[in-house]
Amino acid sequence: MWHRGRLMAEPRRRAVIAGIGLSDYPIAPHLTATQHHVQAMQRALEDCGLPKEEIDGYCCAGSGSWGILDSAPFMAEYLGIDYRFLDGTFTGGSSYEHHLQHACAAIGAGLCDTVLITYGSDQLSKSGTAIDLGASARVEGALQVEAPYGLPLAGAYAMAARRHMHEYGTTSEQLAAIAVGVREFAAMNPYARYRNPISVEDVLSSRLVADPLHLLDCCVVTDGGGALVVTTEERARDLRHAGVHILATAGAQTHWIISQMPDYTDTAARGCATEMFRQTGLKRSDIDVLQLYDSFTITVLLLLEGLGFCDRGEGGPFVAEGHTAPGGSLPLNTDGGGLSSSHPGMRGIFLAIEAVRQLRGDAGVAQVPNAATALIAGSGGYLSGIATAILARPEVIG
Amino acid sequence: MRVEDGRPWERPVPHGEGEYGTFFEGCAQGKLLVQDCPSCGKRQFYPRALCISCGLTPDWLEASGKGTVHTFTVVRQMRLEPFAGERPYVVAVIDLDEGVRMLGTLTGIDPDDVVIGLPVEAYARIYEEGRAIPYWRPVDQSS
Repeated sequence: MWHRGRLMAEPRRRAVIAGIGLSDYPIAPHLTATQHHVQAMQRALEDCGLPKEEIDGYCCAGSGSWGILDSAPFMAEYLGIDYRFLDGTFTGGSSYEHHLQHACAAIGAGLCDTVLITYGSDQLSKSGTAIDLGASARVEGALQVEAPYGLPLAGAYAMAARRHMHEYGTTSEQLAAIAVGVREFAAMNPYARYRNPISVEDVLSSRLVADPLHLLDCCVVTDGGGALVVTTEERARDLRHAGVHILATAGAQTHWIISQMPDYTDTAARGCATEMFRQTGLKRSDIDVLQLYDSFTITVLLLLEGLGFCDRGEGGPFVAEGHTAPGGSLPLNTDGGGLSSSHPGMRGIFLAIEAVRQLRGDAGVAQVPNAATALIAGSGGYLSGIATAILARPEVIG
Repeated sequence: MRVEDGRPWERPVPHGEGEYGTFFEGCAQGKLLVQDCPSCGKRQFYPRALCISCGLTPDWLEASGKGTVHTFTVVRQMRLEPFAGERPYVVAVIDLDEGVRMLGTLTGIDPDDVVIGLPVEAYARIYEEGRAIPYWRPVDQSS
């Protein structure tokens, strides 16, 4: 059948998110990374009421820090998943939006019926808050042309912020407004790492990490994990919650390592959004809530512009006007995001989980009234790999 | 470009496999090598076994060593040595005159004086026998 000009899978093979689960966060010394995967999975299965043995597809990006040891086949064995479809796509934080795209495609094509997606990380409890590479490392591959210079992860993002300020006059105050708004939502999340309100002045007076980014322009470091159960709309009718529809997905990268970024003020989000809005026929104004990767304030600003919610160069004034804060027209990161709530290394799965919570009407104090359509955008690497999805309540399909 | 000895080297070490090795060996000889495709004209860095535009085999081109700062940051928080002891230090993306970009540390200038567009030139620092990496400094106004 055709929906707004785009062929969709037959109704009985349309993929929905039927179950969501979060493991203990933000500080969980009692859990290994693997135990985060497990706890999140158990909670997601409990959330939807699906028996574990029905899972016949699995997506896992590992933790990004163990090499292959917690990759998809290792975790499929640990969790006891007999898969007909397996995806180990790793693009850093945006891996999970790629997983949603692949789960939809696999289910639609009949490769499997029910896909489990899991993530787990004990980054904070295991390694503390210092996340950069060891200085004595011998480096192979492309990173060897960057690693000797001691650029911290924040430094890559700082260079993008610097260039955006140069080209468009974006200010530190405008970047800070992003952190302030997300912190307001964190205050509504009892599990968020930091919940006390902050002001623009607080952000600007927090210590500089890599100019022009201050400490409060950077995400928190936590433990945490998540799980999604994706199945057919038909199957979901017999589960505990009405499935949240995945209307469109897209993923692309403009580069991987930071020195290869073609335009420091733009990302692959632009092409992803064009593709998704073309597929669905929706307009930006149809989106009720945003969950955007917020590793740093500049990440959010570039995504807002790239996704087309404001013009290029207008992201600063846009956020300063409060559109993305509680009560604004485009509430952003309603769980407190990576900037204030949780960031265990890769947080793309949390974007989907929080979007589903909003679309179910289960977000409590943080609920966006009548939220029916959500856009999630993951960013991985160094503003490199972007993957996105538009999620919606069933009635949006019509 | 000028070549200095950077040893003993306490920073991450480029492994130098394949085309990377050719680049670092060139640096140790005072040559800043980038790639130039004889088939389609694409210039590229970092060096690879193929032209990313047309897929064929590129040639090496000795660059002038001159460029300008495209963007940069001043690193103020870093726990790893020897970088921690060098704070604040400047890392920049340099637009080479030849049309490619490189990441590198910018020395010889107060971090507060660095601006986008600053003219810079490369110099090489040896990290192991026969291999060096490029660093950058403001163009010497008197030269």
